[in-house]
Amino acid sequence: MNLFATIGRLVLELFAETGRIALFAKDGLWLGLSPRYYWAQFLNQFWRIGYTSLPVVALTAFFTGGALALQIYLGSSRFNAESLVASIVALGITRELGPVLAGLMVSGRVGASIAAELGTMRVTEQIDALVTLSTNPFKYLVGPRLLAAVVSLPLLVAVGDTIGILGGYLVGTRSLGFNEFAYIKNTADFLHATDITSGLIKAAVFGFIIALMGCYHGFNSKGGAQGVGRATTNAVVSSAILILAANFMLTSLLFGD
Amino acid sequence: MTAQHIELKNIHKSFGKKHVLNGLNIAVGKGRSLVVIGGSGTGKSVMLKCILGILKPDSGDITIAGENVVGLKGGARDDYLARFGMLFQGSALFDSLAVWENVAFGLIQGRGMARAKARDIAIDKLAQVGLNAEVATLYPAELSGGMQKRVALARAIAADPEIIFFDEPTTGLDPIMADVINNLIVDCVKRLGATTISITHDMASARKIADDIAMIHKGQIIWQGEANQVNRSGNAYVDQFIHGRAEGPIQMEVLKN
Repeated sequence: MNLFATIGRLVLELFAETGRIALFAKDGLWLGLSPRYYWAQFLNQFWRIGYTSLPVVALTAFFTGGALALQIYLGSSRFNAESLVASIVALGITRELGPVLAGLMVSGRVGASIAAELGTMRVTEQIDALVTLSTNPFKYLVGPRLLAAVVSLPLLVAVGDTIGILGGYLVGTRSLGFNEFAYIKNTADFLHATDITSGLIKAAVFGFIIALMGCYHGFNSKGGAQGVGRATTNAVVSSAILILAANFMLTSLLFGD
Repeated sequence: MTAQHIELKNIHKSFGKKHVLNGLNIAVGKGRSLVVIGGSGTGKSVMLKCILGILKPDSGDITIAGENVVGLKGGARDDYLARFGMLFQGSALFDSLAVWENVAFGLIQGRGMARAKARDIAIDKLAQVGLNAEVATLYPAELSGGMQKRVALARAIAADPEIIFFDEPTTGLDPIMADVINNLIVDCVKRLGATTISITHDMASARKIADDIAMIHKGQIIWQGEANQVNRSGNAYVDQFIHGRAEGPIQMEVLKN
């Protein structure tokens, strides 16, 4: 086996896949966001992606906020900077951990379910059946999922941010001995609106990535149960990696100056 | 000779190095029922998907009532697909929707009909395939294979299409249920006056529903004639197929694959 040929093939395949995903995203956006609209589908997906993900996101945020408070306290007490705990917890949650952890949790939960559902619809010919019933699958299946995920993720992250800061507050005041009013005042004083909005912008992008990867891999799954399983794995893995990569790029874009 | 309703001329379609259709020619007169027989993997399903535009042929012409239909887009494609009904091999019912919603799907989603009116039509079509109104509120997973097939048939005829495709309508059914489905197909098609193409390898079914029979082999039509001529085709491939013999001209190629 020629090493260069192998590398070349992998690189070509990577570019081909990127191109296919870009075309799929174009169709999903262009067709999904032009009439006619399937509002019932959107609301249904909004419920599934947004509302039913609340417990997972809330629990993740709560424990992360608590652990963050503990760690920062341990670190900052080495040079008598304990007063920073409240503000660093708030910054860490709103800018980074809130959107990234919510994105990763939702990609495992929702990205997998979208890929499995659409993958099953593909292999049982339900997607072809849609076409024969004068219904464009991009408008009926992909568009509502993309839109619902882009709207839900920022809302989930807003709730998660609040609960994460609450987790830090509870650990700070109950076990680390901070004064309750001072903790809240420290949080509020150091937190800017841009800290929160930047996290929400990230969340919207992550939502798009999760729904896009779920739909793309589901739509292109082949060959029965095994194919659907592979599509589900690919959807979760690719959306997790893309979320982390996008997070880095967005952070340098939003806070680069 | 009457004008042909569906006409395919010199259709080629390959997937990578695999040539599935090799210059396929076929024509169906208006209101006729053509059954295409042939072994697995000979290109039967690909042919139907090319006509529906789910797959795009590499070359060749497809005309419906004299109009070229290859590469239709947007609204023209939606209008085109509204003329078709299709019964899928695995029924391809939407498992998240109740039976009547499946039957009414093309009317509600595809044509924007009011739900109450579409429901009445769905109940009527279900009655035509011998299912009572109680079935209408069940979900596809609660039905037997034979009942699912009937629901799928009701869905295929719900919008009174001028052309109907049947993809292996009797596969996976017991002989009695298969005959029930055959009778329903003959009845429904007669009532609508539709032009139909069915693909099958069930000869009992083919004899029952066909006006004309064509045999596909290696992506080409190797014989076509009236249904009652199939026993006197003088074609060794057709003879082997209709008698289900392991020995004959087709055997060599089966073993090679």
